[in-house]
Amino acid sequence: MENILAQSAVRPQATAATLAATAQPVIQLRDIEKVYQTKTIETVALNRVNLTIHKGEFVSIMGPSGCGKSTLLSIIGLLDEPTSGVIELDGRPVQSYSDKELAALRNQKIGFVFQSYHLINDLSVLDNVELPLLYRSGVGGRERRERAYAALDKVGLSARTNHFPSQLSGGQRQRVAIARALAGNPEIILADEPTGNLDSVMGEEIMDLLLGLNRQEGTTIVMVTHDEQQAHKTQRLIRFFDGSQVQ
Amino acid sequence: MLLSYLKIAWKVLLRRKFFTFISLFGISFTLMVLLVVVALFDHAVGPHAPETRLDRMLFVNFLHIKYKNGGNQNSPPSYYLLNRYVRQLRTPAKVAIHSLFHATPSYVGNTRLDLDLKYTDDAFWQVLDFTFAEGKPFGEAEVKSAARVAVINRTTARKYFGTDQGVVGRTIEINQTAFRVLGVVEDVPVMRISSYADVWVPLTTSPNDLNRVTLTGEFAAIILAKSPADKAAVQAEFDQMVKRIPLPDPKEMDHLDLHADEILASYSRQLMSPLTNYTSDGLNMLYSILGGLALLFMLLPALNLVNINVSRIMERSSEIGVRKAFGATSRTLIGQFLVENVFLTALGGLLGLLMAYVALQLIGGAQILAYAQFELNWRIFGWALLVTLFFGVLSGGYPAFKMSRLLPVQALKGVRN
Ligand SMILES: Nc1ncnc2c1ncn2[C@@H]1O[C@H](COP(=O)(O)OP(=O)(O)OP(=O)(O)O)[C@@H](O)[C@H]1O
Ligand SMILES: [Mg+2]
Repeated sequence: MENILAQSAVRPQATAATLAATAQPVIQLRDIEKVYQTKTIETVALNRVNLTIHKGEFVSIMGPSGCGKSTLLSIIGLLDEPTSGVIELDGRPVQSYSDKELAALRNQKIGFVFQSYHLINDLSVLDNVELPLLYRSGVGGRERRERAYAALDKVGLSARTNHFPSQLSGGQRQRVAIARALAGNPEIILADEPTGNLDSVMGEEIMDLLLGLNRQEGTTIVMVTHDEQQAHKTQRLIRFFDGSQVQ
Repeated sequence: MLLSYLKIAWKVLLRRKFFTFISLFGISFTLMVLLVVVALFDHAVGPHAPETRLDRMLFVNFLHIKYKNGGNQNSPPSYYLLNRYVRQLRTPAKVAIHSLFHATPSYVGNTRLDLDLKYTDDAFWQVLDFTFAEGKPFGEAEVKSAARVAVINRTTARKYFGTDQGVVGRTIEINQTAFRVLGVVEDVPVMRISSYADVWVPLTTSPNDLNRVTLTGEFAAIILAKSPADKAAVQAEFDQMVKRIPLPDPKEMDHLDLHADEILASYSRQLMSPLTNYTSDGLNMLYSILGGLALLFMLLPALNLVNINVSRIMERSSEIGVRKAFGATSRTLIGQFLVENVFLTALGGLLGLLMAYVALQLIGGAQILAYAQFELNWRIFGWALLVTLFFGVLSGGYPAFKMSRLLPVQALKGVRN
């Protein structure tokens, strides 16, 4: 029953993209609810969200501040659990994964770009970017470094590898965060306002980088943005208001 | 993986120099003090030459007389008392009697050289294992005939003769009396008061009347039991014997306490007497006090270590969140923090060992205590390191375990409540 509801809610956009129609769903959210309970108030951050994202899609999410975009992305990225509802990854409910399997999924499948970057201050730029590869078995130190350099090069930061996050500007930190998400070559990139702190030229470059990844490598991307222009470059735009999907 | 853990640990430590310093200093300093104290303790009461057979030795150092009016008298026993009663015991293998040491003037040219002189019997040389650099000790014949012969230590040979070789047969003048050198022994530290001296001579050469009938004097006895297990039998016979010693003044004296104690007990009986009132050797009390002090002394740095570790890991909550978000399992994270803590603690331990070594060298080199030589006690070091590791692992492991179970977002937001 729920399944049918979810399908009908998502189909119109999905059919718009011919690619999506044939591809399999990678991420499926069913009746996702997220309620934050504090002593005094109860905040409904996500209200019965149903969403299907197909392999190779580039989806952008827009909505006013506080409407639940980051919360949604965290849940998709397996960083948070919904209060109720089901998330399926590759057709398998996430609840059925063990702790270890979840860690492996986060490591290999997903690359996350946080809205507030979340770099590790004690580590250099290079070590920060190497992080996803550090937890991947069979990747040696040299390969880690090479891939991290390559990722930093893509975001135009190859000259800053030995700096520490505190020595970088906001925009540079954001690019390090993007490089870190790219370094592991994930199937899915979840980016929370990845260009929020960049000037328009740099923002454009990052946008092109993501579009290129999506087109050439088939990387599935879900991006939160406040930039209408950027959103329109993606295949599909989802608007949120007060925890609910509005279109 | 271990290598990259260590690399991260090292980087984090370098980045947080202040924290690292505080944490390391607490561990190292505590360990150093502990090692120094134990070394001093071992130096005073451990089995070292010439008191190598400590496990078979009992010491008679003090006589306590209780008076009926409540008064106390404390003194070393007399030669008469030791010779007449202690030497007659049947269970010991041997009984050695020696005097306390006294600074005695001697002259090298015109410069005065104060030598610590000790009067001993011949059994003294059999009970104790002196290392003779040359010559030999005096025997029964020399003691009987009050021969003016002496055993001197190496430093005295050097100071008096200018050399420590070939001095046997030469004459050393002490307190205007000439003694022929019979042997040269290695220096004995002053902390070993029973065996220590610069010059040892037969007790019969003493200017005092040895056989004066009196209880108090300036002598002590070392009893060598036949085996370590036999010490109890010796002590039983000793205690029986003490009961038979007649009080010279039964109207005023209530009773006397004289004991054959193991080395530490012989000290603690005196040291703890204000608390025990001579009813026991006070050894358990001494142990409790020392143990309590040690515990108290280690408790503070341990709590400090726990506190620093817990808050350090809490502080790094967001790092844990990030690591989880990029695929670290709980186990990897716990591993990382454990490696970090073990690394830090081990570093502190090694630093403490180094500091203790330097401190002991300084104490030994300063010659505060004559002829002192200190040894690091590896067993104590091992135990102390184990205790620190335990606290390090516990204080790092537990919060790391709790944090690693959080959802990434929870860790990312930080644990404030
Ligand atoms: N840990 C929390 N405890 C309580 N409320 C929370 C918590 N995290 C988020 N919220 C609330 O949930 C709602 C959604 O937050 P979210 O961060 O997802 O918004 P957003 O759409 O990403 O906003 P922005 O565009 O400003 O980043 C907000 O009202 C916020 O106050
Ligand atoms: Mg947000």
